[in-house]
Amino acid sequence: MSTETSRIRVTDLSGVMRVEFVDKDILDEAAIRQISTELIKRAEAAASPRMVISFRGVEHLSSAALGTLITINSLTKKRGGQLRLSDIKPSIMEVFTITKLNKLFQIFETAEKALEGFGGK
Amino acid sequence: MAENDIGGVGQMTSAPQPVAEGSVRLHEINKEIESIQELIEGLLSQFGYPDAAMFAIRLSLEEAMMNGFRHGNLQDLSKFVEVRWRIDSQSANFHVIDEGEGFDPDAVPDPTLDENLEIPSGRGLMLIRAYMSDARYHDPGNHLEMNFHKVAK
Repeated sequence: MSTETSRIRVTDLSGVMRVEFVDKDILDEAAIRQISTELIKRAEAAASPRMVISFRGVEHLSSAALGTLITINSLTKKRGGQLRLSDIKPSIMEVFTITKLNKLFQIFETAEKALEGFGGK
Repeated sequence: MAENDIGGVGQMTSAPQPVAEGSVRLHEINKEIESIQELIEGLLSQFGYPDAAMFAIRLSLEEAMMNGFRHGNLQDLSKFVEVRWRIDSQSANFHVIDEGEGFDPDAVPDPTLDENLEIPSGRGLMLIRAYMSDARYHDPGNHLEMNFHKVAK
């Protein structure tokens, strides 16, 4: 099942939500708010939400986007699930390293690797 | 300085050292930020800045403008954020000024401490400091000046 919204694509893979971004820049405040609202809604709708957010194609990321990821990470954890991130290109990875958020998030090289052992396929 | 003095963009004096200077007052968050980003990126490209520099400057400007709107002007859209730039082949200088009361940048908690990692905000300024060659607030803290030196960062 694939659901298209204006900013993200969410695919349900046997109970694991794979999230991809439509835009290459995750900077715009209104877009980030919209993404945040939708991800929170989805995380709250699942019993123990398992989510893989893929950054394939993403070129820029602001601190507001990092804030959303932190919120989703806390929420999935609180509800007995987990958030995994994948496909982060080196320039974006540097943003995670500078902010030390690479210590907070479960980061995988590819979405496929993130899905392994996560119950989804 | 005229409001939206965007006519100054791309003014390149012929010799000996070409420089692009300009300024703009932004009132609306999203659309205007995007257009200023494109404009700056075009100038940086003209002056031969590499991709990594353009990434650093785009991110820093984004964070600076968002901080100005959100924390400086407290989302009051009747207030503006002014951006000034001066770019030549060696370095790029930016001023981002909001209409707020200013703040003490040293009072912002360190978001990289373990106990602060899960706080979803407060990372804009540290990214600016990490990516730009230098960045400082002029008193009373509503005026950020930052530089990127193309050669020695």
